[in-house]
Amino acid sequence: MGAYLVRRFGLMVLTLFGISIIIFMLLRLTPGNIADILFDAGGFVDPADKARIEADLGLDRPIPVQYAKWIGGLLQGDLGISYQTERPALQEIAPRIPITARLAVLALAFAVLLGVPFGVISAVKQDTKLDYVLRVISLTGLSMPAFWLGLLILMGFVAYFGTIPIYSDAPTGFWNALLMYSVPAAAVGFRSSALMMRLTRSSMLEVLRQDYIRTARSKGASEVTINYYHALKNAMLPVVTVIGIEAAFLLGGLIVTETVFNIPGVARFLVEAVRWRDYPMVQNLVMFIAVVVVSINFIIDMLYAALDPRIKYGD
Amino acid sequence: MSTLDFNAELAAAGAHVRSRWGALRFFIRRYPLGAAGALIMFVFLFAAAFAPYITTYDPLSTNAAASLARPSMAHWLGCDFMGRDVWSRIIYGARISLMVSFGSMLLGSGIGVTLGLLSGYLLGWFDLITQRVLEMMQALPLLVMAIIMAAALGPSLHNTIIAIAIPLVPYVARVIRSNTLTLREQPFVEAAKAIGMPELRIAIRHVLPNTMSPLIVLATAQLGSAILVEATLSFLGLGVPEPHPSWGRMLSESAAEYVRTAPWLVIFPGLAISFVVFGVNLLGDALRDLLDPRQRS
Repeated sequence: MGAYLVRRFGLMVLTLFGISIIIFMLLRLTPGNIADILFDAGGFVDPADKARIEADLGLDRPIPVQYAKWIGGLLQGDLGISYQTERPALQEIAPRIPITARLAVLALAFAVLLGVPFGVISAVKQDTKLDYVLRVISLTGLSMPAFWLGLLILMGFVAYFGTIPIYSDAPTGFWNALLMYSVPAAAVGFRSSALMMRLTRSSMLEVLRQDYIRTARSKGASEVTINYYHALKNAMLPVVTVIGIEAAFLLGGLIVTETVFNIPGVARFLVEAVRWRDYPMVQNLVMFIAVVVVSINFIIDMLYAALDPRIKYGD
Repeated sequence: MSTLDFNAELAAAGAHVRSRWGALRFFIRRYPLGAAGALIMFVFLFAAAFAPYITTYDPLSTNAAASLARPSMAHWLGCDFMGRDVWSRIIYGARISLMVSFGSMLLGSGIGVTLGLLSGYLLGWFDLITQRVLEMMQALPLLVMAIIMAAALGPSLHNTIIAIAIPLVPYVARVIRSNTLTLREQPFVEAAKAIGMPELRIAIRHVLPNTMSPLIVLATAQLGSAILVEATLSFLGLGVPEPHPSWGRMLSESAAEYVRTAPWLVIFPGLAISFVVFGVNLLGDALRDLLDPRQRS
């Protein structure tokens, strides 16, 4: 287990290193650099000014040097300066992380609480009317763009309450805060719950056909015990493995939902940085997302062995 | 004891199907939801192809007098801020949406199939490097990858197609590679080798056709993702630029403000996106059941 852990961790670091190169190269594909963009707005370009800005930002140096400078800084916690606000990038990103984290946790809770039970029901009642209805609902959830669902929720608020939920930095009291985060979290979570439901359903269907389920039934265990105690426990294993996919899916939903609900989180910040063409910021944010997704996958790999005693990571 | 009625069993499995029409009838009976999905797809393809004949207004012509006009007999789905007819824009938008999604799906699958076949055939360092790079690309969410690609390439119709296609590549390449690895050990491939068939010909004539089923299933799923990603990119202002009418951008122009004042600008483009993706997903599920029995639920 120890050796496997080290190897798996080494692989994770290598993956992140590779991703950093891909991101860096991609953003260098763009014709023109930040100096061109800054001058685009001005219209008139003084070559001396442009050269000075390029030297200031280190853009005149060879690409490998620029990359080394970025990575070197990143490892020491220096994320560079945002072109847009001219403040340290870390100061811009750090306060936004808890906002997105809260949203993500709530959305995930929503996805699990809704997706898993309905997935079980859909599998147990396979090919009945209820199963069809639930499947169509989950497929509808997956077919709706996340931002449109957000807009529909806003519309519902206008229709019923005459106002839309507005994000504030300092909500009054726990319940207000919970409500404020719950609405956008529900918008993200609904889509994720649809995915969760489909996965739970197909996994449950496989487990329900196993011999030990028949054994449990023949010894007289109640349907509830069979479905939730015997079957669900084993059916959840494959569902846990895809939490990594789920996390990536959730992140995509957060990007647009934060935009629609005007929530100043990390995900929306990526879109803003792209719009401003603030490439150092984009680089850092994408790297941050990569670290989160890769770490989640790493943790899940480890968790998988803990959950399923049949799996042992040999040395 | 009930006896097995072999004829009924065979009929249920579609064994008596002889003609193309019979195959279609069988598919509709066996997979009613899939058939509904195919019908939805067909309706949208039809609308895209014959857009000029089913719309009465130019999707780009503005009309100040009709600014934010409510849905009426003249403008079925109302008008936007610039007085452009929403119905016409949605119908013409189907062209853009389907063009971008089919384009990126074909491009992404094309590159993915090539890389997957090469990887599974050449093995060695080529396979090692390709697989690691694809893994790294997959570590980033599809949408994030598409956003960076779109940002790097700049907004245009072609670039949007590329920006959506590249993130789809790893998914195709990895499926094709693992299939290729299994297939190259099969006796019929060995036989082809034994009679001296060149490797490239084996890859194209024998291996590729046998990976068609998973490829079709995957491509259908990707078509749905591509439509959603295109809409999202356009909504964020990073996708298809003006003047092309795009469903995603129709929603971003309206967004929060029109939620209060002109809900038809929010409802109808979103319905169009959801419907077409719903259709693709229904069809995809049925195709998966039909072509990939291992995943059959």
